[in-house]
Amino acid sequence: MSGGAGSVLGSFFQIVLVGVLGPLLVGWVNWVRGVLSNRKPPSVIQPFRDLFKLFRKETIRPSGTSALFGLAPYVVFSAMVVASLLIPVVSTVSGGRAMGDAIVLVGLFALARVFMALAAMDTGTPFGGMGGRREMMVGFLAEPATILVLFTTYLLSHSTMTGVTSEVVREGSVLPTPSLVFGALAYFLILLGENSRIPIDNPATHLELTMIHEAMLLEYSGRNLALMEWGSSIKLLLYLLLGISFFLPWGMSGSPGWQGDLLALAALGGKLVVAGAALALFETLMAKLRIFRVPEFMTLAFLLAILGFLSHFILEV
Amino acid sequence: MNHPVEQSVIQLLGGLLLLTVFVMLSIRRIFTMIRVFTVQGIILTANAVFVGAISGEEHLFLLAFFTLVLKVVVLPVLLFRLIHRLRLRGDVEVVVNVPLTMVTGILIVVFASSLAAPLTMMASTISRGLIGFGLSTVLLSFLVILSRRKAITQVLGLLSLENGLLFSAINATYGMPMIVEFGVALDVLVGTLLFGVFFFQIRESFENLDLERLEKTWED
Repeated sequence: MSGGAGSVLGSFFQIVLVGVLGPLLVGWVNWVRGVLSNRKPPSVIQPFRDLFKLFRKETIRPSGTSALFGLAPYVVFSAMVVASLLIPVVSTVSGGRAMGDAIVLVGLFALARVFMALAAMDTGTPFGGMGGRREMMVGFLAEPATILVLFTTYLLSHSTMTGVTSEVVREGSVLPTPSLVFGALAYFLILLGENSRIPIDNPATHLELTMIHEAMLLEYSGRNLALMEWGSSIKLLLYLLLGISFFLPWGMSGSPGWQGDLLALAALGGKLVVAGAALALFETLMAKLRIFRVPEFMTLAFLLAILGFLSHFILEV
Repeated sequence: MNHPVEQSVIQLLGGLLLLTVFVMLSIRRIFTMIRVFTVQGIILTANAVFVGAISGEEHLFLLAFFTLVLKVVVLPVLLFRLIHRLRLRGDVEVVVNVPLTMVTGILIVVFASSLAAPLTMMASTISRGLIGFGLSTVLLSFLVILSRRKAITQVLGLLSLENGLLFSAINATYGMPMIVEFGVALDVLVGTLLFGVFFFQIRESFENLDLERLEKTWED
């Protein structure tokens, strides 16, 4: 899928795929979590039902909020959609090579985060402000680790393009190298922190004093809330996809062509099912950390990232 | 002489060893620290087995066996019994705060690796890249000893230091002569037993295993 109309079609297909897979992944994780905690799990397509319902509902804007409040959901959602074009999903050849590299990707996530936090503070409620500040704290602790993990992968591929890195790892040996293993571990911790998963934040709770992500969305309703929720489910999917493309790219298609893409799509589905189940298992086993322990958690991620970075120079040159 | 699988496993083991020392630096409970020490023993055993398999040096298998017996079974059991008899199930204090210790640790890894770089050039073993990791383990264990106050955790730091030395020796020269290794292993065993006696002495004199009090008494 390179060049001209094929590229546009491919990009469109990728956006639709990510938009559908995002809520599906969240539904799958919630389903597994329900099974693991001996509850009757909600259906896997429950997030879609929620989204449809929210889109039909009335949107209420709290009095006293500025235009930023109404703008934020659109910025967050479109940042995620654009970000989805920068990650190789099915084939390492597709995925917007001309558009931007992983630094742009981190920037897009940061943009979405800043708008989310600003909108939460814009409402003027104590919970919104608290959630926004906490989100910025987690983000500021996670970002150096993210950049280091990205740099570690660049050391292998000598390119900041996600597609190129993924291609280099895919063509390389299947045997684990220390730098990639440490990078993957660090990336997993970052994924948990950035997506408000359990040791940092509990996505299922509305207990005010502990929540981060939910606290920012408290004042949203209707279409705006739907866009925010959809955006954050896409964000989780994108983090998993980026992780897969860096650390588990085997099975992805390396050349243009429908047959390879279909095969890679099946492989991707399998990987996402396993990754979602693993995430749910981890979340069921872990307890939420106190907010003051979060810096330690993120230091661990940074430590792992820097160990991966260093072990490339020490062991693999 | 091409063993990609074994080499990859050995490198991963080196990384894991370094990680266990960082875990030792950040952990608060004595019990978990002893478990981490046991994991270090398992890593050393596996490392000796894999290096032995690649290099064909048979005494490394013997070394692996003794490491397994001593560091995975005997010493942890001894330490666990000691803790039970001393009734130490409480927390370990951390002198410097954890993120700061971690960052110091990272600087130590950089320092040790650059220090080991010339050695790496000179060594002719297959796993020579890991000398830097072994040296880092030794220096980080010093940091463990420095940052802890309780006598038992300091001893654990010392044992971890010995692990780092053994790891460096295996990877730099396929292990020291067997007789030296036996001597060191015996020293460690006897040392741990002696430390056990010392712990009781210290506690009887000061009613605590916190070495801070020891220093204060000297100053008076």
